[in-house]
Amino acid sequence: MYVAVKGGERAIEAAHDWLAEERRGDPAVPELTLEQIREQMTLAVNRVMAEGSLYDPDLAALAIKQARGDLIEAIFLLRAYRTTLPRLGVSIPVDTGAMRCDRRVSATFKDVPGGQVLGPTFDYTHRLLDFALAAEGEAPRARQAEPRQEPTPRVTEFLNKDGLIQDEVRTEDTPPDMTRQPMEYPAGRALRLQALTRGDEGFVLGMAYSTQRGYGRTHPFVGELRIGAVEVEMEIPELGFAICIGEVTLTECETVNQFSGSRTEPPQFTRGYGLVFGQTERKAISMALVDRSLRWQELGEENTGAPAQDEEFVLAHADNIQGTGFLEHIKLPHYVDFQSELELVRRMRADAMTAKDPAT
Amino acid sequence: MSGTETETAARQGWMGLLARAPAARLAALMAGRALPGFDWLRVPETGGVMLRGRTGGTGAPFNLGEMTVTRCTLRLASGETGHAHVMGRDRAHAERAALVDALMAGPRAAEIRAEVLEVLAAEEAARRHERAAKAAATKVEFFTMVRGE
Repeated sequence: MYVAVKGGERAIEAAHDWLAEERRGDPAVPELTLEQIREQMTLAVNRVMAEGSLYDPDLAALAIKQARGDLIEAIFLLRAYRTTLPRLGVSIPVDTGAMRCDRRVSATFKDVPGGQVLGPTFDYTHRLLDFALAAEGEAPRARQAEPRQEPTPRVTEFLNKDGLIQDEVRTEDTPPDMTRQPMEYPAGRALRLQALTRGDEGFVLGMAYSTQRGYGRTHPFVGELRIGAVEVEMEIPELGFAICIGEVTLTECETVNQFSGSRTEPPQFTRGYGLVFGQTERKAISMALVDRSLRWQELGEENTGAPAQDEEFVLAHADNIQGTGFLEHIKLPHYVDFQSELELVRRMRADAMTAKDPAT
Repeated sequence: MSGTETETAARQGWMGLLARAPAARLAALMAGRALPGFDWLRVPETGGVMLRGRTGGTGAPFNLGEMTVTRCTLRLASGETGHAHVMGRDRAHAERAALVDALMAGPRAAEIRAEVLEVLAAEEAARRHERAAKAAATKVEFFTMVRGE
């Protein structure tokens, strides 16, 4: 018989003390500041904000430091903090058409108005380790040219003028919020986009990649990818008007996909959409591919049984905090559960032995 | 535009400018300035605001994720009220933004406009210009390869 026990407090305290010491590392090396993480580990900060579903670069930097650079642990910390915040309101939907673009490229039109603006990209770097960064040097300075004053037009607008691409019909419906109501299936596109934008980058990338390799193929082109700052506006009831409450950096990806038409729709291009906090283009492109793949039913396409066409499979497994919680709990004490399994296996073995050798 | 609409547009302008301003910069511009006493109508409170996007950038709204925001409302001894909603968790930033908002409704509006708001606006414009100039430098200039020569 197994007797329930208590204990471990002293061991846990000692483990946490040691964790704190290991987090600090060699005391002869200067301690990282939150400003250093925020300014120099920016893309890690962006990922933690996107998947933590909370835009606050200082908090994300703190979470990364506390988590010793384990980004999923940092996302967990940010999510936990988020749940303590009272909801002050909802923003007016952000106008990404008015984005002040750091980067804006189109893989479909070379001479798009506004041009191909590369921005601070890793693309076209040689992916060779740069040993110069191992030494301290002067802060580099970017080149400048005469800036564009007017907003950059959307690439899909050009296709839309000819009716060659499926229209996105503007509505003012209140979207469902997975942080307030449990997920229900079928989820609908608004809920899918919310789940995907906070989903695990690796998972969403894997799903998107599976569609490229033939599991629910959607023939995507990156119609447009843009990264930059947008203003966030909110209606303030006590004032009776809307004000800008801040500015965030977002990454937006629109894919243009082939579509052969259906009984109700003429042949035209269709779209997948990705919008993610921060400079996070791998995630935004992945999100757009998975969004498009999950729209098979709405567009009257065939369900080939591909994982990326299965809304419940994708959305129920995209969240790395849910996933890590359920996965990692199995390392915690399961002594009682296991004791019962052990007894069961012993009994089954004894029965099997008896059946094999009835003489004994 | 009516007088009220113009006033509202102007107030929206400085409230947004104050929300986007670096907290330390606003603090520096307010330092050393004689500031009036005030009562809180709503003490600074930090919470979350759910950001929304639209499918395809233009279609139906969806929830994108939250951001931290701090809000407060105060009333000066002379009666003007000031309000702030600013991104982040900095209560002092929200308090200074609300103070500026209240001062803009009173006799010190010209001083605050010239010495705080116009400075912040010029600095924001310079920051945005510099970023846009860096982006412009990375714009691809295509040229055509002439064949058969």
